[in-house]
Amino acid sequence: MAFMGDMMNPAPFWQNGPAPGAFYNFPGNSSGFGPTTHPVQEFKAHSATPITTTTTVIGVKFDKGCVVAADTLGSYGTLARFRDCPRITKVNDLILLGNGGDYADYQYLKDIIEQKIIDEQCIGDGLLLKPRSMHCWLTRVLYNKRSKMDPLWSNYVVAGMQDGEPFLGAVDKLGTAYEDAAIATGLGAYMATPLIREALSVGTLDEEGAKALVRKCMEVLFYRDARAFQRYQLGVVTAAGVRIEDLAELKHDWSLAHMIHMK
Amino acid sequence: MFRNQYDSDVTVWSPQGRLHQVEYAMEAVKLGSATVGLKNKQFAVLIALKRAVSELSAYQKKIIPIDEHIGISISGLTADARMLSRFMRTECLNHQYAHDAPMPVGRLIGLVGNKMQICTQRYDKRPLGVGLLVAGYDDQGPHIYQTCPSANFFDCRAMAIGARSQSARTYLEKHLATFMDCDLQDLVAHGLRALRDTLPNEVDLNTKNVSIAIVGPKTPLRIADEEELVRFLALVEGEERRGGSATATGDAAPSDRDRDAPGDEPQVAVSTHFIFLIW
Repeated sequence: MAFMGDMMNPAPFWQNGPAPGAFYNFPGNSSGFGPTTHPVQEFKAHSATPITTTTTVIGVKFDKGCVVAADTLGSYGTLARFRDCPRITKVNDLILLGNGGDYADYQYLKDIIEQKIIDEQCIGDGLLLKPRSMHCWLTRVLYNKRSKMDPLWSNYVVAGMQDGEPFLGAVDKLGTAYEDAAIATGLGAYMATPLIREALSVGTLDEEGAKALVRKCMEVLFYRDARAFQRYQLGVVTAAGVRIEDLAELKHDWSLAHMIHMK
Repeated sequence: MFRNQYDSDVTVWSPQGRLHQVEYAMEAVKLGSATVGLKNKQFAVLIALKRAVSELSAYQKKIIPIDEHIGISISGLTADARMLSRFMRTECLNHQYAHDAPMPVGRLIGLVGNKMQICTQRYDKRPLGVGLLVAGYDDQGPHIYQTCPSANFFDCRAMAIGARSQSARTYLEKHLATFMDCDLQDLVAHGLRALRDTLPNEVDLNTKNVSIAIVGPKTPLRIADEEELVRFLALVEGEERRGGSATATGDAAPSDRDRDAPGDEPQVAVSTHFIFLIW
């Protein structure tokens, strides 16, 4: 019934005609009724821009599982505002989820996903949500939101075990989804993916190799991405389950930047 | 008009603690022709007896495909079954769309059970007059579920519903232990024998009045075509029939059970999720 307008903003009776209540709506009247009081854009501006943002998430597939890593910085634009924003979560024993983008949008969807898992456990039939289903569901949710011109400003990396095989997929804020053995979102897409692809082209990785590779990528990103941070989370999913390791801290050494001179 | 004073609405209790309208709806299931469902370790099979309204008409369809991995066989009001099957198809499609995975059979039955329960508790509604046998295959293997108008549902290893289905259940109970380990051919043969036991003497199974659906691993739900039906029917052709004394009308004689299993304790065909019903 879009042609009727909404309760606070009724549409005119006919083209260019009066709207219900229009004749009582004098300038300065605070009742707020009337077709011209609120421009449509005001209602659609919720998440046109992100506020607290996080940067790259990295996902790498290895022979028996996947590794996902992301740092814990929440930025206000260029300001490094929050230093403890964990964004790698265990969804269930099969799924590890990583996120980058607006942190509030992530918290919002994380709560919904957690409730979805609780609902599933309440059914109690022993079935677990699988990573491909999670990936598909996220795609539907994010695409639906962007279609309402109100996207959740997020990149998601879904890692897990699908029927015994490793699964790694990505979804962005527009609902664009793909699967790959090497995924890095944000600035990492430009700087980490080439490193991971190069390593994968040599041969398949084992768990230790994949973790070392991801740590190397986090270091490179810390040096080059101004929104990155030295503290990061790293999670591993294998047939044995999901394991998120304690926060790791990069040892950085800026003496290698002696060639850089500011003018 | 009424069989008794307390059956005017589904919401009215009788002093004996019964809901007569719900019990009458359970009777509607027994008006439909018989249908049998059974499973082994891999496959779930539905076998249904079709009826034709007259010699001039075609046989009424009894098995409705829901999805690639789920099929139902109906007994009772066909119109109610069509409403339920449309609901089940929609749920399967929505699950496939949102999760890129087939609907788990048990979850679908849970939804159907909840839907059927609502109309047993509202004065302006009536219970659905149809029973379903649901055959499905998912990550947990093959399933046979039975649903009732009373909104109970049962997870079964084998089950038969419909007119004179007691004879088929007697057969299934007697051979229940062999189903799990037999192959698909034997499973269908058992189902056909069980179904044949519900028939009156002068009628026999043929390609026109039998419908068979099979689902299993890497086997999307398949309703057997005539060629396959001929092969399956040949498995039980010429065998001696057991339920010889069954009459052409009315439900199966309750004495069947006593006669068929002398000294051989019949096992109940319902396995898990046993919810008791007031019979």
